[in-house]
Amino acid sequence: MTMTDEKKNNSEAGFDSNALKSPRRFVFLTRKTSAKVKGDAGKQVMVFPHLLLREAIAFQVLMIALVAVALFWDAPLEQLANPLLTPNPAKAPWYFLGLQELLHYFPPLVAGIIIPTLVVIALVVIPYFNVNVQSEPIWAANRTKQLRVFLAALVPIVIFEAAFVAWTVLVPTVLIGALVVYSYFAAPGGRQWSEYLRTRPVSWWVMTWFICVAVVLTVVGTFFRGPGWSWVWPWRSHVG
Amino acid sequence: MASTPIHQALERLRGTRVWKSIFRRGPALTNRTRSLAIFGNLFLHFLPVKVREKSLRARATYYLGSVSFLLFIVLTVTGVLLMFYYHPAVPQAYRDMKDLRFAVSNGVFLRNLHRLAAHLMVLLVFAHMFHVFYRGGYKPPHEFNWVVGVVLLLLTLFLSYTGYLLPWDQLAFWAITVGTNIISAMPFLGKDTRFLLLGGNLVGENALLRFYVLHCVVLPLLAIGFIGIHFWRVQKDGGLTVRDDDDGRKEK
Repeated sequence: MTMTDEKKNNSEAGFDSNALKSPRRFVFLTRKTSAKVKGDAGKQVMVFPHLLLREAIAFQVLMIALVAVALFWDAPLEQLANPLLTPNPAKAPWYFLGLQELLHYFPPLVAGIIIPTLVVIALVVIPYFNVNVQSEPIWAANRTKQLRVFLAALVPIVIFEAAFVAWTVLVPTVLIGALVVYSYFAAPGGRQWSEYLRTRPVSWWVMTWFICVAVVLTVVGTFFRGPGWSWVWPWRSHVG
Repeated sequence: MASTPIHQALERLRGTRVWKSIFRRGPALTNRTRSLAIFGNLFLHFLPVKVREKSLRARATYYLGSVSFLLFIVLTVTGVLLMFYYHPAVPQAYRDMKDLRFAVSNGVFLRNLHRLAAHLMVLLVFAHMFHVFYRGGYKPPHEFNWVVGVVLLLLTLFLSYTGYLLPWDQLAFWAITVGTNIISAMPFLGKDTRFLLLGGNLVGENALLRFYVLHCVVLPLLAIGFIGIHFWRVQKDGGLTVRDDDDGRKEK
């Protein structure tokens, strides 16, 4: 050991201007490869000007589009707020209409609290499930067992949704479920999109299901719901 | 570089003492000065000095994150201008909306721009999240930045939602009434949380003031903080996730 006199304990690194006496470690190579090493994919370019120029162009295109639309599309303004006059239907902003559509079917505790909380928790924990970092296809190994697990998960969800007659949730769920089953039976080397579906990992299916349900609920809540949250056709009834 | 009179004037400007005292460097013509342009600048030092060429391709990001950030800036600027004409009081808030429409120069345009940018930002932040998910951008070492992103999504939603009440028209009042009624369904703390948010049992002038303060002060400050962390971590985590097919060639 050639450490300096100032060194007090084993865990403390020594500082010395004499490089011969005090060996210095510059790089720690741990078992997990660092981001820098792992992510080294191809040529690099200077941020100034390459990235900054592209962002400036993106910003300008966006500003032009924003101004063009804002000149002609006026923000709505209704009558002064009146707590005694409830509009029918009273609607939340569009991004909460999916939730409002859920509230139509499920009790407030389920639709308003439990489901949104679960969604947020699910989003937060996504990266901490280190299973399947390689994005293995759902049917890569143990096909039959995987299918059984999938059906064991799908059937209770479908029954739950059917029990509440939540058919705007049920329809996208069944559609995605059918696609999963289709991808199980799809023969390798088939058409491009069937090959694409066949090689998707579980996480892809879960997220796609979530997005489909969210989009259907939001669109239905925004355009297809009228007085008493009844079904209306947007081209027949004037909403808003 | 073409040597037009404008370029020459620019070159001369960059050579002046004042320019150098501000930017601490000459023209950014070498890699050294181009690096200095990034880390010598408070606002640009969140960015790395170099990025992978592939991550600049449109299909790698579609600039969804960048554009969301620009919308945040647009919203800040138009929001500050709107604040000059707005009183968070009942019913003055609604009268201010009428003034924006009929009395203030370009008031309608200002409000349109703010509203449009807000809705677009919600849409693009969602799109950004889904795009990052499908690219696997949440995978190590980007786990924590994904979580910061989820926080930013929630902040965006709260920002939009608190802004929704401010015009104090029927649309605003009932949207917030419907939304905050959901909170009451929370077990044990539902009623109290709703009371805390509204400053009362009904959507009234206390609610308007609270939403105003949240919308204009608390949430934007939180958002700025988390946006800073978000950008910073992109750099610290080794840059954006790139994929083999980002340059348009087919996978494998």
